[in-house]
Amino acid sequence: MSLANFLVMRHELLLTAAALLVLMGEIFGDPLKKRSVNLLTVVLFSAVTIIGFLPSPPGSLFGGMYIATEMRLLMKNILNIGALLVIIQSVSWLSKDENSGKISEYYILLISTLIGMNFMISAGHFLMFYLGLELATIPAAALAAYDRYSNKSAEAGIKLILLSAFSSGILLYGLTMVYGTTGTLYFDEISDLLVNGNLQVLGFIFFFAGMAFKISIVPFHLWAADVYEGAPVNITSYLSVISKGAALFIFVIVLFSIFPVIIESWQKTIYVTAVLTMTIGNLFAIRQQNLKRFLAFSSISQAGYILLGIIGGNQLGMASVVYYLVVYIFSNLAAFGVVAAISNVKGKESIEEYNGLYQTNPGLSLVMLLALFSLAGIPPFAGFFGKFFLFTAAAQKGFYLLVLIALLNTIISLYYYLLVVKAMFINKSEAPIEKFRSDFPTRFALGICVAGIVITGFASIIFEVIKDMSYGI
Amino acid sequence: MNTGIPLQYFLILAAIMFFVGIYGFLTRRNLITILMSVELILNSVNINFLAFNRYLFPHKMEGLFFSLFVIGVAAAEAAVAIAIIINIYRRFATINVEDVNEMKY
Repeated sequence: MSLANFLVMRHELLLTAAALLVLMGEIFGDPLKKRSVNLLTVVLFSAVTIIGFLPSPPGSLFGGMYIATEMRLLMKNILNIGALLVIIQSVSWLSKDENSGKISEYYILLISTLIGMNFMISAGHFLMFYLGLELATIPAAALAAYDRYSNKSAEAGIKLILLSAFSSGILLYGLTMVYGTTGTLYFDEISDLLVNGNLQVLGFIFFFAGMAFKISIVPFHLWAADVYEGAPVNITSYLSVISKGAALFIFVIVLFSIFPVIIESWQKTIYVTAVLTMTIGNLFAIRQQNLKRFLAFSSISQAGYILLGIIGGNQLGMASVVYYLVVYIFSNLAAFGVVAAISNVKGKESIEEYNGLYQTNPGLSLVMLLALFSLAGIPPFAGFFGKFFLFTAAAQKGFYLLVLIALLNTIISLYYYLLVVKAMFINKSEAPIEKFRSDFPTRFALGICVAGIVITGFASIIFEVIKDMSYGI
Repeated sequence: MNTGIPLQYFLILAAIMFFVGIYGFLTRRNLITILMSVELILNSVNINFLAFNRYLFPHKMEGLFFSLFVIGVAAAEAAVAIAIIINIYRRFATINVEDVNEMKY
């Protein structure tokens, strides 16, 4: 193996270098100007994101343990863009005095989780998959407990670490059964050796339950709302958008490349969980008053829609899942960006406190409106086309009843998204949130999100590119 | 090769450990005990991997290496979990999960 071969894994190498440079910046930088680490990280991470888009030859490393295909590289690039937006959004929060002593820790933990997700997505062997998964979840728990002097943050951290360890245990127990019946852990070898045996199906069920915890599919979703509420807003947006997106990516890869033999079993499992996830996520979202919890349940129901794209097991489904996640990243990060901007400046997070926001802060209200319309799937925003392709993929395989249930759920979701819109635009308030001007990084990130929502909706070339790449995983 | 103990015995032991771990995770009220239950689950996974490897596929070492990595990762997980538990003790002055309930529904 020559040195040039290592360039196949340049995403991971670049991210590792960025994490180390941030650490060096913290150690050797001026101790009185800790905030310059913010600028350093944003610049470094922008460079990493841009270099990630340069074309590179697909290949595999370490005897097939690490695989890089066009589709997987695209997934990594999508995650990079999302993480860059989260980093830019966090700058104003990290610049507050209470966080001045722990800026670089935040970035290093965040980049570590991203390295884990990248390894996970490139896995060609279950060992690499497991190590990536753990590297993606352990620092995430440390991030959730980032606010040391907040009770809620500590509670969120312990819930996340215990449940992720528990779910990894269940997932691994399922893997042992697959290993016992096939004798290998390489993805491509397993798919040849699976014969739809009982033990293999049982192993798959355990594996599915473990992954369902990570994606927060009903009935394994109860941790999500608590963790999302307790963690600081910027970390919540990272967990609910990037972590969930990465878990969905690897879930699609594993289902499509390893378990096509037992497609009958997993279609039934996904059918039931998709219906439950959409319905329960939506019904619980209606009664939420805290916006973070509200967005948590909305993201649970979004995961239910995404399962519709997976269930068909076809190429269109793969493309629609990836496309929907692009849309989901932009829309959700815009919504969280507004919540974070208001929470950081005014400390207000409940829907009632947003009454009359349009009178005082029209800009933020419009961004929120756009994000919620996109999440609800109102044309012409990107969310509509994302949902349209997901439903098409399911309908193509004959799941008409499921598509009907999903459509009904879309209407329910419209109701609670519009509740927030009503609060901002119609409801009157004695003491609305005062007018304030957020700083440049926040406005910049929100601008990119809005542009993303509009452009991914109108530019059909994006879906075409994704569809062309989704021939092979 | 054949040590006289059939493979099933190891699998049954692992299954019992796994479900004892799940039971403990769901019923215990002390955070440290919950963490121990998780370790029990991970160790049952190790036993399964090693037994399958030794009895069915002795010419390959994948199960052995996997269990080594599981042990290492479990240690890292325990380190972070205990760090958070210490923080919880400082915040709440208890590590009983029923008292750590700031957020509900």
